[in-house]
Amino acid sequence: MTKFLTTLKHFDTKIDETYTKERASILTNRTIKGENKINAIKIAISMIDLTTLEGKDSEGKVFAMCQKAKNPLPGDNNIPHCAAVCVYPHLINFAKKGVDNSGVKIASVSTTFPSGQYSLKLKLNDVEKCILDGADEIDMVISRGEYLSGNYEYVFNEISKVKELCKTLSEKISQKYGIKKDVHLKVILETGELETFDNVRKASMMAILAGADFIKTSTGKVQPAATLPVTLVMLDTIKDYFSETGIKIGMKPAGGMKTTKDALSYLILLNETLGDEWMTPDLFRLGASSVLNDLLMQYKKQRTGYYQSGDYFSLD
Amino acid sequence: MRTQLKNKNTNKPTLKYSDSFEDTKHIKLSDKYDLFIGGKWVKAKKYFNTINPSNEEILSKVAYANEKDVDAAVNSAEKAYNKVWKDLSPKARGKYIYRIARILQEKAREFSVIESMDVGKPIKESKAFDIPTSIAHFFYYAGWADKLEYACHDKEPKSIGVVGQIVPWNFPLLMAAWKIAPALACGNTVVIKSAETTPLTLYKLAEIIQEAGIPEGVVNIISGDGYTGSCIVNHPKVKKIAFTGSTDVGKIIMRAVADTDKKLTLELGGKAANIVFEDASLDDAVEGIIKGIYFNQGQVCCAGSRLLVQESIKDKLIKKLESRINNLIVGNPLNKNTDVGSINSKAQLNKINELIKSGVDEGATLYQSKCQLPNKGYWCAPSLFTNVAQSHRIANEEIFGPVLTVLTFRTPNEAVEKANNTFYGLSAGIWTDKGSKALKIMKKIKAGVIWTNTFNKFSPASPFGGYKESGFGREGGIQGIKEYLMSN
Repeated sequence: MTKFLTTLKHFDTKIDETYTKERASILTNRTIKGENKINAIKIAISMIDLTTLEGKDSEGKVFAMCQKAKNPLPGDNNIPHCAAVCVYPHLINFAKKGVDNSGVKIASVSTTFPSGQYSLKLKLNDVEKCILDGADEIDMVISRGEYLSGNYEYVFNEISKVKELCKTLSEKISQKYGIKKDVHLKVILETGELETFDNVRKASMMAILAGADFIKTSTGKVQPAATLPVTLVMLDTIKDYFSETGIKIGMKPAGGMKTTKDALSYLILLNETLGDEWMTPDLFRLGASSVLNDLLMQYKKQRTGYYQSGDYFSLD
Repeated sequence: MRTQLKNKNTNKPTLKYSDSFEDTKHIKLSDKYDLFIGGKWVKAKKYFNTINPSNEEILSKVAYANEKDVDAAVNSAEKAYNKVWKDLSPKARGKYIYRIARILQEKAREFSVIESMDVGKPIKESKAFDIPTSIAHFFYYAGWADKLEYACHDKEPKSIGVVGQIVPWNFPLLMAAWKIAPALACGNTVVIKSAETTPLTLYKLAEIIQEAGIPEGVVNIISGDGYTGSCIVNHPKVKKIAFTGSTDVGKIIMRAVADTDKKLTLELGGKAANIVFEDASLDDAVEGIIKGIYFNQGQVCCAGSRLLVQESIKDKLIKKLESRINNLIVGNPLNKNTDVGSINSKAQLNKINELIKSGVDEGATLYQSKCQLPNKGYWCAPSLFTNVAQSHRIANEEIFGPVLTVLTFRTPNEAVEKANNTFYGLSAGIWTDKGSKALKIMKKIKAGVIWTNTFNKFSPASPFGGYKESGFGREGGIQGIKEYLMSN
């Protein structure tokens, strides 16, 4: 057995689906109100990867989204910018122009997102282009077909190769331009297709061992996308890995959250499992777009006492 | 320039929870509660205070029932039995019980708050567990009232008469529901005594019984201490005793009814083994262990107080447990964030502390949550003992508090041996991913209730009761019906 498979086995544990679901609801049973809610909303906004991943995405769409990410609520300087914008590889250039030097990162989906059903060579080309175009973060998809057929080493190898490429290219760019470039790798498991929590646990660990900086639930193209229980399984995996190695891996639930309440539930779940140390966009992201306007609406409500009409918030 | 929330050292944002106290303005509590006998409020000679154990404030005064009062209650129950209830159609009995369930449902919020205040339990629990489960029991047995012959396989089920019921202080309303609902469904009338420290929700239930128009005397509710209880047990007109409480008192009751024709069910103490195998879903097991021992501050007869963990995963599991314990919020029971509330009484706290001390003295290693305990009231931090031997007092005696003792085993047979090495036998838990193993172990464990991959789950349809010195008789389910009918 290879070293990878031995290590994977070491961390592998079975997950009880019924009780994990109950646990997710027990853990998120916390109240956040008033000033604390405003604070939580700000944290949530600072963790959002504002995303557009449609066939009809264009320069104009990306430009508009970037403005929103930089300045979610014009006229209110208390609201932080989003963590990143997330686009298709082809649109990185526009995103780069859009976010300027605001501190908003550029994430690109890659490795033939969303299906991942292409050769490794093509996937690596894809990643290379993204990084050279200026992506700070690569959101790759795993080959779910290979995973489900039991080809764990294939999937592990695939992620390792992508990670390796991120590293070499980061170094090259850093040297060439004299800057500190460190492209982060987020590995999308597509938990909706893996279906069982046992799979989610194993795939999470696999991604972590292969070098993922972040593990991410979903592409947003498959239902169900992120759920609290599935996120909990992944957070537990990160915790187990941390407690043995001291290495912190990030987490990104993506899709499936619509409301402020949803977003805050994820923050609470994070706080109850990995704790305060993870409460930073460096280690936690929310992959969601529609939730941003609801967060802003709730923020306004907390500030003014009134719910404003949706018409007051820009649709980007 | 936008605010940067991510500031490396100084200004890292922290997620903060908000204290959110359940409103108490909507609850209606009288300054004083008389005895509820024959459908009327009857004055007593003496009254005593009931306090909120989380802050030692007086909530109300309740009547102390003496021998005469008990006699009056039993007589009124007997009269109601003979004149009304015995011959009432089963369907009509069901209708009354449904009515109790429905009114209770409407007042669920008020009951939750009062239960929390009188017991000291987190509002989260009284709201999500105590009150809804009580309601479910009334609904469940209301449905059985006109179908008894299918439950007991007796074409003509016969009621017993006046039943005397004594309930504990850990789940006052729920235990009363467990007892009153089947008793009424089977056609008996009731004299029920609340526990000394938690009489309030039972008297609130008395108000509902009045409101529901239950014929006078069918349910009589009184309060008092052990002496009052003994008056019920020894009353010649009481034909059945149902008791939930400590094994010591259970033994006294059993001796007291030895020479009589009284029927008896006892639901007593426990020292449940919660067995975690190496192939269990560990994080789920940890939460189950937490729920098993810190639910209602561990003041639960079926609490999973003895953790039996397979040696190969001991260190990992304990590390996770210790980390989880520190996340539990201990404090004001009415705060919606509270996970662990206060101990019900000073006497109970003393008993818990005495046993904790014995554990330390006997050489076990104590770990306690680093939580801040309030100054007033009766508090005990969530605790766990490692390096425990089977012979230690904390491994044998029921602590009835938030104290977990951790023992280890190597093989399934050893787990069974240790799990059964107790004079109790109320409940047990098994955590494994392997169904066949769970089924095999389950058959060998002598406990009335066994949970797999979960703990402290209840349903009115599921019977509950013990083996060995945890008592006999079952409450809940079809099995609970036969305890309130004459056996032929």
